Amino acid sequence: MSGRTHLGMPSFPDASRTSTRNTTLRANLGHATRTIRGKRDRAVAELADWDRLRAAGAAVKDRTLRHLDHYLEQLEERVTAAGGRVHWAPDAAAARRIVTDLVRATGEREVLKVKSMATQEIGLNTALRQAGIAAYETDLAELIVQLGDDLPSHILVPAIHRNRAEIREIFTTRMGDWGRPAPEGLGDDPAELAEAARRHLREKFLRARVAVSGANFMVAETGTLVVVESEGNGRMCLTLPETLISVVGIEKVVPTWQDLEIYLQLLPRSSTAERMNPYTSTWTGTTDGDGPREFHLVLLDNGRTDTLADTVGRQVLRCIRCSACLNVCPVYERAGGHAYGSPYPGPIGAVLTPQLRGTGTALDASLPFASSLCGACYDVCPVAIDIPEVLVHLRERVVEGGPATVRGTRTTIRPAAGHAAERAAMRAATWLLDHPGALRSGQRLAARTRRLHPRRLPGPGAAWTATRDLPRVPAESFRDWWRRNRPEEGTDR
Amino acid sequence: MRVALFVTCVNDTLYPDTGRAVVTLLRRLGVEVDFPAAQTCCGQPQFNTGYRRQAEPLMRRYARAFAGYDHIVTPSGSCAAMVRDNYPRMGRRARAEGRGGHLAELAEEVVPRTWELTEFLVDVLGVTDVGAYFPYPVTYHPTCHGLRLLRLGDRPQRLLSQVRGLELVPLTGAEECCGFGGTFAVKNPAVSSAMGDDKAGHIRRTGAPVVCAVDNSCLMHIGGILGRQGAGTRPVHLAEILAATEEQPYGGPR
Ligand code: SF4
Repeated sequence: MSGRTHLGMPSFPDASRTSTRNTTLRANLGHATRTIRGKRDRAVAELADWDRLRAAGAAVKDRTLRHLDHYLEQLEERVTAAGGRVHWAPDAAAARRIVTDLVRATGEREVLKVKSMATQEIGLNTALRQAGIAAYETDLAELIVQLGDDLPSHILVPAIHRNRAEIREIFTTRMGDWGRPAPEGLGDDPAELAEAARRHLREKFLRARVAVSGANFMVAETGTLVVVESEGNGRMCLTLPETLISVVGIEKVVPTWQDLEIYLQLLPRSSTAERMNPYTSTWTGTTDGDGPREFHLVLLDNGRTDTLADTVGRQVLRCIRCSACLNVCPVYERAGGHAYGSPYPGPIGAVLTPQLRGTGTALDASLPFASSLCGACYDVCPVAIDIPEVLVHLRERVVEGGPATVRGTRTTIRPAAGHAAERAAMRAATWLLDHPGALRSGQRLAARTRRLHPRRLPGPGAAWTATRDLPRVPAESFRDWWRRNRPEEGTDR
Repeated sequence: MRVALFVTCVNDTLYPDTGRAVVTLLRRLGVEVDFPAAQTCCGQPQFNTGYRRQAEPLMRRYARAFAGYDHIVTPSGSCAAMVRDNYPRMGRRARAEGRGGHLAELAEEVVPRTWELTEFLVDVLGVTDVGAYFPYPVTYHPTCHGLRLLRLGDRPQRLLSQVRGLELVPLTGAEECCGFGGTFAVKNPAVSSAMGDDKAGHIRRTGAPVVCAVDNSCLMHIGGILGRQGAGTRPVHLAEILAATEEQPYGGPR
């Protein structure tokens, strides 16, 4: 049974040293992301007003976040009025406890799950297992991850790192341990694999009495939750069981149905390159004789209000988890999702994870540096999150420390360990560059000793020369050439 | 029109030929260009690595060194982007932190005068045919900062397409990052090299003997990989191609 977590994972550079050498992974990811990239471009190009839609998507989220307390209270009131119950979870431990207690109260030992980032974030499956409750993932890709005792590596397609042959292997060897086994002689044709998953899951849908879901949006004006998906398995979970527990990050609230209209255009085109999601399910409280008899909404903070307090970092809370930034990210494509050590990989993970979890571990402190700042993520983001800006902002927090809000209290973060030498080097570089005369002397020294320069460097430079030649230092800097040709001009100041 | 060359620290120290090419080119087009010696570095390495405060003195130096010029021209897309994108941001942050209030004004003052070379040629001088001659097939790598921060669009290609003798060879995956990213190349060497390998592979498959760009930093990384692979492809800054003529053909070593 899947019990892996992201705890104790290596830093990004260490993890990616291994993953970049995995040629199957590189091929699987390269193929998948290239395909979706092309499709997304075409889907977005169909809308003449994409830029305005994108600006509206950003503006509505920003306005909602500014008045988050108001909309959350409104949401709680409407959910309660519609027959649901709202639980507030300040952190992951609280959320795990709330959900576990709710499941226990039903007396059930099995729950169905709709793919949900929030429950990944809080490590719910492991907590439930420790409480003797089995959680079954119903999203096809999430099922592949669960059966393979693996971790998700993509927001939208958690098993993107697997190819058909690997999936067939996982189904054949593991399905039987979890329920209905894979049929004899299963091939690796996508339709055949989907059919095997369908039969395996069907028996679970018909049996389960409790389901746990996330939500893409929560509409404050009516207390309605919204899930968009491609397979329809989520809808089964949302309608068949007697008890439904939804765990949702507090930033997912939108004020009105009219606001929702913006995101239901932005999301599918950005994520699956579709004009509309195949399945859009909405649920509001409980209704006699229709759907769950009991509905619980667990509102998850877990670092979100701290993030909201950061004027640069708060834009990350606009994210609608479309995964477009992952699909265009050259770093994600080479390193793979697991290297990010979080349910949120890729560019969004690099800016969200260190804000939710802090920069205390070597892994979390390395994430803001997992980008070449090429800007492709910002260009595709449907809610215009300036990811490079936030990356650089978080880099500053790692190397220099500074003010931040932690658990609601304004504090000064100390720089992460291991940056003292770099900090000294940066200060020295700034001094040198603020003294052109000294810079010139340095350049002359380098030019005079140019024949002695090694082709491979020790220390931090070794990383460069392991795979790349160094440029040769020229005999004369530009500065000196200019001065030699124009002695009358230009003085160092 | 008073025009200053911002050569950038990398070009100054490692690629003086590029600076010389800009001077040659602009003179040929009738622009007298100056080199204020008080200039050094825009502060991009510091800023992008998280040392924002360390970039502030360099921003001040930039503003002071180039005060009084109508235009500041640089043969580096990423340094132009640093000025245009990050100087205003640095000014705003400093103001919000209640110090260095004048930084915001300095930023506002230098941003509209700072141009990447191809922008200056096409938008300010209004030329695309600069009278260049470069009789080789060339493939063009549009760098990330030129492409996505400056929105250079097809300005470089328009300039290249007017160069006599030059055959522009399309590059697969052109818009993808080469993997340099400043200190990224040192902090994440595995991913940086993997990206660079793919870029170098695409470049080699064009068969062109020359790859050009508007940024020597990216070319240093790409050229370093091509060199290690023993590929004959030569990285050449766009300015050096535009500076070459029949009378004074390209001759700069790399
Ligand atoms: S950051 Fe933007 S592009 Fe990335 S998942 Fe979130 S909404 Fe999508």
